[in-house]
Amino acid sequence: MASKIKVIHCLNQFFGGLGGEEQAHVTPRLVEGAKGPGMLMQSIFPEVEIIATLIFGDNYVAQKTDAAVEQVLELLAPHFNDAAKDQQAQLFVAGPAFNAGRYGLACGALCKAVSKRYLIPVVTAMSEQNPAAAEYRRDVYIAATSDDVTGMEQAIGRMVPLGINLLHGEKVLPETDHYIARGQRRNYFSSQSGAERAVDMLLAKISGQPVLSEYAMPVFDRVEPAPAIKDLASARLGLVTSGGIVPRGNPDRIVSANAQNFGTYSLNTLDTLSKETHQTAHGGYDPTCANENPNRVLPLDAIRELEAEGAIGSIHPYYYATVGNATSVANAKQFGESIAKKLLADGVQAVILTST
Amino acid sequence: MVKEIERAGITVVHACSIVPISKTVGANRIVPTIAIPHPFGDPNKSLAEEKILRRELVEKALYALTTAIEKQTVF
Amino acid sequence: MVLEKGDILIEDIVFGPEGGVKGHCLVLDQKSLKQYLLKRDERLLTAEISLARPGESVRIICVKDVVEPWCKVSGDKTGEGRHHILKNIAVVTCGKIVGFQEGIIDMSGSGALYSPFSKTLNVVIDITVGADIPPHEHEEAAREAGLAAAQFIGETCRDATPDTITRFPPVEPETISADLPKIVYVYMLLSQGLLHDTIVFGQDAKQGLPCIMKPQVLMDGGIVSANCVSACDKNTTYHHQNNPVIHELNTRHGKDLNFIGVVLTNELVRLAGKEASAAKSIELVKELNPDGVLLSKEGFGNPDADQMMIIRGLEKAGIKTVAITDEYAGADGCSQSLADVTPEADAMISVGNANERIVLPPMDRILGPVEDLSSLAGAYPQSLRDDGSLEIELQGIIGSTNELGFQRLRCREV
Repeated sequence: MASKIKVIHCLNQFFGGLGGEEQAHVTPRLVEGAKGPGMLMQSIFPEVEIIATLIFGDNYVAQKTDAAVEQVLELLAPHFNDAAKDQQAQLFVAGPAFNAGRYGLACGALCKAVSKRYLIPVVTAMSEQNPAAAEYRRDVYIAATSDDVTGMEQAIGRMVPLGINLLHGEKVLPETDHYIARGQRRNYFSSQSGAERAVDMLLAKISGQPVLSEYAMPVFDRVEPAPAIKDLASARLGLVTSGGIVPRGNPDRIVSANAQNFGTYSLNTLDTLSKETHQTAHGGYDPTCANENPNRVLPLDAIRELEAEGAIGSIHPYYYATVGNATSVANAKQFGESIAKKLLADGVQAVILTST
Repeated sequence: MVKEIERAGITVVHACSIVPISKTVGANRIVPTIAIPHPFGDPNKSLAEEKILRRELVEKALYALTTAIEKQTVF
Repeated sequence: MVLEKGDILIEDIVFGPEGGVKGHCLVLDQKSLKQYLLKRDERLLTAEISLARPGESVRIICVKDVVEPWCKVSGDKTGEGRHHILKNIAVVTCGKIVGFQEGIIDMSGSGALYSPFSKTLNVVIDITVGADIPPHEHEEAAREAGLAAAQFIGETCRDATPDTITRFPPVEPETISADLPKIVYVYMLLSQGLLHDTIVFGQDAKQGLPCIMKPQVLMDGGIVSANCVSACDKNTTYHHQNNPVIHELNTRHGKDLNFIGVVLTNELVRLAGKEASAAKSIELVKELNPDGVLLSKEGFGNPDADQMMIIRGLEKAGIKTVAITDEYAGADGCSQSLADVTPEADAMISVGNANERIVLPPMDRILGPVEDLSSLAGAYPQSLRDDGSLEIELQGIIGSTNELGFQRLRCREV
């Protein structure tokens, strides 16, 4: 017989048999073997063996998440790295948490941390209504369950095969593997061309049938407006562009589309940009105008003039440039964070960011 | 990028040609510029005229930086 | 006024001294074609002609345009008469990078699943121009060479007998069925400067659009690609010649829909221009008074704003709209896909995440300027691996996420 899949199961104080609300404050502890729902799991799926059960008070984890996560990672350490083979964990399973909010948050947080630290597949289960589902679905595979414990068998029946598929590196899908879609986009080949699907969708929409958009509109997050600069004449100004203006020859090899980096370029000795000194690396627009006179994208000449006249206190000695062409939001966010750090370190209060 | 810079507490103005994109992405201070290949210029104008135009746009960006706003504003 | 397309199905292509269709084989007189191309345009220094067939270990790089060889055998007016078409043949032009966004076609391996031109018999023309030729003229010379070659090759099937004939009859008011929904197609063309243009019957698409066009006029081959937007969602001339939306609506006309017209519009570089074109497109659609609109796109980023404006306007006017787009969701698929969105866009067709990465195996033969390989959009400095394989984004493959809906690729949430 093939060896069983070694699982660590994770339960709150109630399902772990410690008690109800009065035990919700207890710190995480690790016990040998299966408890409560874990027994059912082993009887439905004889191919898995729960080597240990982690039990925690759900108030404790929900309220002191960071500390609890650290404690759990410590407790689990003996099942990783140098552990004997029969004690090596292969899969981490948490819950099911159904619609219990604190339990769900704990499962999500622990799964995310375990996956990141120990690099094994993790899976949890909860209702789509559980607030933790929205919080953690992007990070963790969450099997969809009913709202309450009546769906225990179904929840285990979904969570375990999902975990095994992930362990084996199988590709999974929300509808066949019954997990909550993770907001990740993946390509595949449809049986119909885009044009055929478009006509079908349009006829369905006209006839009033429900249509399932192939790309649901996202919600972009918002930031509070920063306060106005009171006295620009004494403020330090930074310059940033996504228009791809780089020194001639593109020394950092910023690619023309979906940039992977940004460049940091000196402005110290420059009063203007010219075709001899700078160019665009952006592949998304006709580069002729920008190459002829890069001030058309990053207006350094006008800014220096205003600085000389005293309208601007000073200019941060570098400008930051990347290519906004087909660059993913994740990369842009990361560039923004790094650039902001450098600007803050130099006492910059205001920024002009130019885009094409 | 603009949002991350603002999140760090730096007042930022986004000077861009296609305002709807800037609005969707969530910039707060937006200054509309001329056109995608030449936001701060216009090759149809003389160099001197173009420079005046560019300076005006920069001045507008500075005005936006010094203006208090409560919500997304196109200057 | 009927337009007919007579397809001559070609199964193989060979070089030979006497060009013409022999059964289902096209014989191409390589020497004469080369002489013809070099003689008609003195800007061309060289025009190397090679063949690339499906299944061969061939990679074509820095592809600029693809053209299907046609020959108009009858009819003087636009939108009527008959074309003979060498089906399965494509003229592929390539050459030194001018605008960053030339693309790749692989004739076998994993990349061949993504480009329609991995399945065609390709006449590849690698073009170089004189050193003093400016970028716009370089592109023009390459474009015109592709069109001229397609015409030269198309001419060889003038007297051939088509295997199938497709008719594009005009839509007369009496043929419109009251029981079927009326559909208008809004066809967006990239038009953003000399390297990012589209040409409509010899005119720059920046001017004179939007306008209403009859489908059979459009299918007469009047739209020529003149742009180097990213390879994946650039509509090549071949795509315009074989617009799948027009094909689909024409095929289903009278069966489950009425195809009542096309509004051709552009994608401009200034916001005011975008707003004016969107407003005019919406006005023109309202004049045609359809039940629904199908909207296609070219490119990404700022054209997302054009598409969203049109969708918003049409939906607010009560016209049901479905729009085709591709996505730029990052290599991991976790970023927001579009630069602009609107809540009214509740029926989108997604033809793929162009940021998804793919490893292309090494090929025996590389056609095109190999030194430019890692500068292509969608490629990285480290794209080319030591064993000759290439890791790139789908973005770099010609036609992989075509926003006319030419391909079967689709993107979904997982």
